[in-house]
Amino acid sequence: MRWLAEVNVRLRPGIADPEGQTIAGGLRALGFEVADVRAGKLLRVTFEAVDRERAESAVAQMCSRLLANPVMETADWELSADEPAAVGIES
Amino acid sequence: MSRAPRVAVLVFPGTWSDRDFADVAGLVGWDTRLVWHTKVDLGDADAVVLPGGFAHGDHLRTGAIARFSPVMAAVEAFAAAGGAVLGSCNGFQILTEAGILPGVLLRNDHLQFRCDWQPLRVEQAAGPWLGELNAGETIRLPISHGEGRYYAEAPVLEELEATRRVVLRYADADGSVTPDANPNGSLRSIAGIVNERGNVLGLMPHPERATEAEVGGTDGLRILRGLDAWLALQPAAAERRL
Repeated sequence: MRWLAEVNVRLRPGIADPEGQTIAGGLRALGFEVADVRAGKLLRVTFEAVDRERAESAVAQMCSRLLANPVMETADWELSADEPAAVGIES
Repeated sequence: MSRAPRVAVLVFPGTWSDRDFADVAGLVGWDTRLVWHTKVDLGDADAVVLPGGFAHGDHLRTGAIARFSPVMAAVEAFAAAGGAVLGSCNGFQILTEAGILPGVLLRNDHLQFRCDWQPLRVEQAAGPWLGELNAGETIRLPISHGEGRYYAEAPVLEELEATRRVVLRYADADGSVTPDANPNGSLRSIAGIVNERGNVLGLMPHPERATEAEVGGTDGLRILRGLDAWLALQPAAAERRL
């Protein structure tokens, strides 16, 4: 069956994030009292797996092998079944 | 005098300094061959260069996709066997993603792409690429990158320093390593490091762009020409070169 993983890749805490700081500056310029912004990546991965357990295992491997570099990033994800919506047929 | 060093210059989709390396081959005395990233071996190469550019569009992270290109398994084996490897700019980023060199290159702290001549302090003058330089001297090379901020965790930095593997640091014209002379926010002003054995060099600057006085300097020539003398001292490499 088809799965959708929404993978959140975040910069590790403590690593300077100039992109986030710049965005925070933009928000402050608009008058928002923003303490901090951290920029990250959202990756929506659609793929096939026979069951949830195997889908989880596949996402974990995608993250550790490619999607996040553990030197600077962490990844977490939400996994959901991505079945096409049933189409009602009107007679 | 043995033959010219055979240098494999890797080409990924998006690499842009490969032709510059090929172009200066005559000046440095190399027998250069361009090697497409899908090749699974490096042939009879005496040395490997990973040039600058934007391999695979720098998508996901710089070097993240390139490190899984088929040719990289051969590069890892070549490096592990003690072969001379040079990764410049994007090549350095690929070497860190592949785990051949420690750390990572992050977005410049000011978020700007920086293209400029940059003084560098030579910390160690040894190995296949820096053997013709002098420790403590200041050289000038072009930099051209948006992601050059070297980062590694504190224990890794300590080990790099303790084992003298930080070989180049960003400096001012007098050779002083200061925050103002740091063009990208690299930790400890690191511009170049080598692996444990010293045969793999990764650096953000572009030695191939500093090979003619007419374009601003020839310090890069001294780096690229270092290979020949180093190869002559390597028993295995010398045998291959007969």
